[in-house]
Amino acid sequence: MGGGEGEGGRAVNKTVMGKVLLKNIENPNSADIAGYIKTGGYKALSKALELKPSDIIDEVKRSGLRGRGGAGFPTGMKWAFAAADSKKPKFILCNADEGEPGTFKDRPILEKNPHLLIEGMIISGYALQAEYGYIYLRGEYPKAKDILEDAIKQAHDKGYLGEDVHGKGIRFHLHVHQGAGAYICGEETALIESLEGKRGQPRIKPPFPVNEGFLSKPTIINNVETLANIPYIIEIGADAYAEIGSPDCPGPKLYSVSGHVKRPGVYELPMGTTLREIIYNHCGGILGDKKLKAVIPGGISTPILPADAIDCPMDFVNMPKRGSMLGSGAVMVFDETVDLVKVCYRAIKFFEHESCGKCTPCREGVGWMRAILERISNGSGRAGDIDLLIEVSNNITGKTFCPLGDGAAMVVQNFAKHFRSEFEEKIH
Amino acid sequence: MLSENAVKEIGLIRNKYHDVQSSLLPALYVVQREHGWLSPEALKEVGEILNVPKAEVKGVSTFYSMFRHKPMGRHLIQLCTNVACMIMDAERLVDILKSRYGLEPNGTTDDGRFSLIIMECIGACGTAPAMLVDTDFHDNLTEKYIEEILAKYK
Repeated sequence: MGGGEGEGGRAVNKTVMGKVLLKNIENPNSADIAGYIKTGGYKALSKALELKPSDIIDEVKRSGLRGRGGAGFPTGMKWAFAAADSKKPKFILCNADEGEPGTFKDRPILEKNPHLLIEGMIISGYALQAEYGYIYLRGEYPKAKDILEDAIKQAHDKGYLGEDVHGKGIRFHLHVHQGAGAYICGEETALIESLEGKRGQPRIKPPFPVNEGFLSKPTIINNVETLANIPYIIEIGADAYAEIGSPDCPGPKLYSVSGHVKRPGVYELPMGTTLREIIYNHCGGILGDKKLKAVIPGGISTPILPADAIDCPMDFVNMPKRGSMLGSGAVMVFDETVDLVKVCYRAIKFFEHESCGKCTPCREGVGWMRAILERISNGSGRAGDIDLLIEVSNNITGKTFCPLGDGAAMVVQNFAKHFRSEFEEKIH
Repeated sequence: MLSENAVKEIGLIRNKYHDVQSSLLPALYVVQREHGWLSPEALKEVGEILNVPKAEVKGVSTFYSMFRHKPMGRHLIQLCTNVACMIMDAERLVDILKSRYGLEPNGTTDDGRFSLIIMECIGACGTAPAMLVDTDFHDNLTEKYIEEILAKYK
């Protein structure tokens, strides 16, 4: 077994054949197209263009790749839905909004290996017969914008983008669209609204973007990391790819680790690596050799876990069994000295700031939760405040268009579930 | 008034999209880069160029926290205080900016040199605490280091 709590099936395969997503990330020439080509870049594109679009979709389906943005939806299935819709044109959007606090996994690809993403998008565009692609990049990454735009220009000059991709008579145009500091635009329908030049407020689903997305046309939205897996899948084939990671969630995974560890950073490891291995083997353990108190495993909106949960494999199947989620793989580590009430308050302050205001339970409820947490945190909490918090959170869950409110409610519910005594101590 | 260059750049941006309104956010960025903020007059002008109603332009621009609707200092400090930065003492940096530079969140120094915006995660959690000054990332900030950095922005 790969880790303490994994159930059934093959063990996590730890022998990844070198790095896939962070390959050459330390090489300063990787952002340049010549450097990228020198290490085998754009070979997968040549191979893909010899295949039929439907064969590429089948290959991605067979690989078992699941979306790396947080929801873990099977990528090949999403593509097949969009491909089956006869409306034209189709669009492919890359979600590079990476706004989930704790998450910085896509940044190395965007800033240091942009051609990996571009190659992945061209292949995806061909597979879906989409002629236009947009990279929705968060406003907080200004350097990445320049780097991506330079890389797109290079790919264009080289004939990989434009009216006649690789001399195959296929058309694919790619642009960067810069967001402007709204977390909600990481939600795919809000992202589409924002790309259409509107306020980034989520749409009701259905219709799903695969049928009615950008400009009401079939639209595929994939995370940076998801798209960065595509060239490798085409290159080595679905079967070899599916050997990496855990059986239900194959492939490599980027984990961005922050907080109280000795070596924070972005780690590419087989999907299903346990939190213990990530924290103690790869990140060198807790800073100052203090005791571990808690971990938020997948970005701020995923449920916090106590220290005794760290033998859980980090994947889409096992984390929910342990009461949390893989999310974006953003591991936030808290040592024994951290005031978790304050962390909870700060997290909810974030959600209050980022609520788009469309749904009343989220807009009002998250504000109330913030107010209650603020008074508990500064020592003026009242008896019954913890139950009141939970009651408010229960009135948000499941009552909103998008998962932002649910995320905020989950934060409160799980902090209270695992660390209720810390809240109680502040009230008395 | 927008410069001739800005108007030209907005025209080029329009070619990237299938519909006109998609160019609204990039157009607002062009103006903000030139003026440092988005004045009511500038918003009106962008709306006229793109043929998007004035109210819609304002509604959109005020939705996004990185668009500024009042004049800013010469350099914009965007300091993160979200959880990963908070547990690495980012609040202390907020105090230092207040005590040594007289700089409050959402405020501008009297000499117009710096404005401060508190950010919600800038994706530098592994090297927290972190900030952007204009478009430059600075991370692993300490009390001493932040002063060294700011000395370079006149």
